[in-house]
Amino acid sequence: MSWTVVLVLAFGAFALKVFGFVIIGDRKFPPQVEAVIALIPAALLCALIMKDTFTVGHDLQIDARAVGLVVAVFGVWRKVPIWLVIVLACVATGITRAIS
Amino acid sequence: MDALNEHAHEGVNYDGIVGPAVALGFAVFIFAISFGVLCVNAGGSVPKAMAMSLLVFTGASQFSAVSVIAAGGTAASAVIGALLLGSRNAIYGVAVAPWLPGSVKYRVAAAQFTIDETTGMTLVQNSPERKRRAFWVTAASIYGFWNVGTLIGALVGNSFDTQKYGLDVAFPAAFVAMVAPLLSTRKAQLAGIGGAVVCLATTPFLPIGAPIVISAVVALIALVPAQRKSRRS
Repeated sequence: MSWTVVLVLAFGAFALKVFGFVIIGDRKFPPQVEAVIALIPAALLCALIMKDTFTVGHDLQIDARAVGLVVAVFGVWRKVPIWLVIVLACVATGITRAIS
Repeated sequence: MDALNEHAHEGVNYDGIVGPAVALGFAVFIFAISFGVLCVNAGGSVPKAMAMSLLVFTGASQFSAVSVIAAGGTAASAVIGALLLGSRNAIYGVAVAPWLPGSVKYRVAAAQFTIDETTGMTLVQNSPERKRRAFWVTAASIYGFWNVGTLIGALVGNSFDTQKYGLDVAFPAAFVAMVAPLLSTRKAQLAGIGGAVVCLATTPFLPIGAPIVISAVVALIALVPAQRKSRRS
C-alpha cells in the first residue's frame, strides 16, 4: 500500500463528499443517477465478500475461509453483536485451518 | 434501532442523540480495530493506516482498498473500487446539505463527515435544530472511535499472523455486516447476487481487483423498470 494510493483515495473520497454536499447541494441528482449510485454498495460489497472468501489470485477456491463466512452470515442473521461476529468468523477459520 | 432508543432518556438537550451516537461509535470502533490490523498486514504502516482513517474517513471504501491490495490487486483497481463505494457519500451530501447551512468553509468541513452514520442520524431527527446537532455529535463520536480504533489495530496488527488466526476472514465478515442492512429491497438483493456472480465469473481472466470494479456495473439494474405489481392479496 503506497502513499500514492492513500493520498489519491483521500482526495477522491473528499471530492465525492464535497461534490454532493457543496456543489450539487440545493439542486438534486437526476433520480436515475441516484438510483444507480444507491445500488453500488450492495453489488460491490457482495463482490468483495466473494473475492475475499473464494478466490486466491486468479483461482477460485473453497477453503477454511468459507467456514468463517458461514459463521459470519449466520451471526449477522441472528443479530449477534458485530464485534462477536468478526471474532467468531476468524476463530472458526483459524480452527478449521489448524485441524485440516 | 430499538437498542439505540433505550438511551433516549439520557441528557436534556441532546435527548436521543448522544446515546445512539455513542452506540454507533462503539460498533464502528470494532470495524476500526479490524481495519488497523488488516491495513498494516497488507503492507501499510501505522502512519498510512492513520492517514486513511483521518483523511479518507469512509469505512467500506477503506476496507475495500486494503482488501484489493492485500490480494495483490493493482493500485488503480483498489482506488477505483473504493471510490465507487464512496460515491454514495455524494448522495448523502445532497440529503443532509439543507439542514447544515453555512459558509462555504463550514459546508466543506461538514462534507468530510458526511457518511452512512451521520446521514442516518441526521435524517431521523424531527427538527432542524436536532438534525444539525445530531450530525455534529455523531460526526464527533464516529470520527473519534474510528481513529482511535484504527490506531489500536495498527499498533498491535503486526504481532498477529493473520493467516494463523483466520484474521483474513475479518474482511468478508466485516463486509457481510456492512451489506446486510442494505439488502432490504428486491433490487438491492439482485444487485448483491449480480455483483457476487460477476466477481466470481471474471476473476480467472481479469487483473486482480478489476472484478470488484466491474461488479459495480450491476447497479445499472436500477434503471430497469419495476416489475408489474401482482394482483394477488
